[in-house]
Amino acid sequence: MNKIVALAGVVIKELYRRKDFYVLFVLTALLTVAAGMVNFFNDDKIIRIVKDVCLMLIWVSALIIAIVTTARQIPAEREARTLFPLLAKPVSRGQVLAGKFLGCWLATGVALVVFYFFFAIITGSREHIWPWAVYFQAMWLQWFMLAIVIAMVLLGSLYFAAPSSTSTISFILVVGMLGLGSHLNTLALQQPEPMQSLLAGIYFAMPHLEWFDLRDFVVYDQKLIAWPAFALATVYAVVWTGIFLLLAWFGFRRKNLST
Amino acid sequence: MKTSPWIALVSLLALAFTVATSLSSRADIWSKRSKSNNFFGVIFGDGRKLFANQFFTMADVYFHSGYYPSIFDKNSAEQKEIISASHGAKETEEDEKKEDFLGQPKDWIDAFGRHFRLTEHVHLEQGNEREMLPWLRLAADLDPQKIETYTVGAFFLREHLGKTNEAEAFLREGFHNNPENSELLFELGRLYQDSADVTRARNVWELGVKKFLALDDAGKKENKLVFDQLAVNLGRLEDAAGNFDQAIKWLRAAQSVSPVPGELQIQIDAIQKKLAAPASVPATK
Repeated sequence: MNKIVALAGVVIKELYRRKDFYVLFVLTALLTVAAGMVNFFNDDKIIRIVKDVCLMLIWVSALIIAIVTTARQIPAEREARTLFPLLAKPVSRGQVLAGKFLGCWLATGVALVVFYFFFAIITGSREHIWPWAVYFQAMWLQWFMLAIVIAMVLLGSLYFAAPSSTSTISFILVVGMLGLGSHLNTLALQQPEPMQSLLAGIYFAMPHLEWFDLRDFVVYDQKLIAWPAFALATVYAVVWTGIFLLLAWFGFRRKNLST
Repeated sequence: MKTSPWIALVSLLALAFTVATSLSSRADIWSKRSKSNNFFGVIFGDGRKLFANQFFTMADVYFHSGYYPSIFDKNSAEQKEIISASHGAKETEEDEKKEDFLGQPKDWIDAFGRHFRLTEHVHLEQGNEREMLPWLRLAADLDPQKIETYTVGAFFLREHLGKTNEAEAFLREGFHNNPENSELLFELGRLYQDSADVTRARNVWELGVKKFLALDDAGKKENKLVFDQLAVNLGRLEDAAGNFDQAIKWLRAAQSVSPVPGELQIQIDAIQKKLAAPASVPATK
């Protein structure tokens, strides 16, 4: 476990040395503050559009950080030839993968905490209420959704040729899952066979990332989601993360790294 | 021959400045886009209208606090409720049932997924209607010819938020962009009537009738309902002001287009009775 934590620490250091997070945070902050400063019909109590814009930017930024950071981990190690000395140490391939995953996930978690803290300050300064429990649920589920994404990207990075292609394909997949995930079954019913069975099969087999998006609950000041459902969603994310990590390990342990 | 790069740079800047002064007046003629005083007009040109409807829909989504059908759900193409609400429609229990677009869960994934979706049908109230305003403002900027944006926005500003001045300014902006539209004049008249400014309400509604009468046959057919509202409201206004002859004239005009001419006849009969009785209220016009 210590080896995995040490490897994760290196990934976290890499994130705060690179400028991706800072650029995305400044961009999010600027756009949110700009949205908050627009005057609509001389009403200074309007807040939902600011929340909407800020949360959308947080989601986009977190996805960019998670996908781009993860996609370059293994290929960069191979390209810089630092993977061989690393594996020459008493570290297994599985531990390398687990360390990379944990590092990316924790780094994304740190970024999310900063983003949500900023969100809470901005909205709280205008609304004068801080529904911390709703924010916690929204951030927690987003973080666990990112765990699935990071594990999936890690798997993809072992097979795709370059980090850029891994990132692009991952973005398309994640956006597709978030946008169409809950409607795929409805769409399937409107299709002729064999497309109907194919879409229905994908619907039941894919990870449902859309469950982890609680932005509407935050924007529209809705009550908390039931804690048992919240816990089940967390378990669901852990299971899917485990599936992707196992698949990645199956691929990585037999992969010829010298080519 | 060697030339200093600084001299070259200064020469190029001077040349660019000279050409710009010569071209700026002509460039305005080349592009209609540059004439727009609207930010979105400059950026998107006429393409901005494509987004306007989406932004108007977003106002409706906010009106429902996020409980809204997506393009994949049934009832997604129905008329937007903010339009009905702004025209005085009240929702019945039956309407609410009809809007339960989610229906029964189709499978366990759908059933579990509903924990993470908004499933309660609520409308904005108690001043929270203000949250829709940014989308209506943006929709108006994107498509200044979309009349509903102004009428719906002005309704919520006036009726729910008590912002009469902002509502008037928004309607006037709409009228500035659509000078031939009588629906905007009708809404403006309602606003003046609510502010007890009867004279301005009358003038604006009469202008609305003039605009309607100037339309061609197809336009008149399309705007029948607006004329009906204008004439009925003018009739009621004149009745309240004691101008009974005028009131009857307007109500008779409304009868020609109204879906309920019988009800208007009852109002006409009541006014005629008042006319036959000795006058007690002095006429204001």
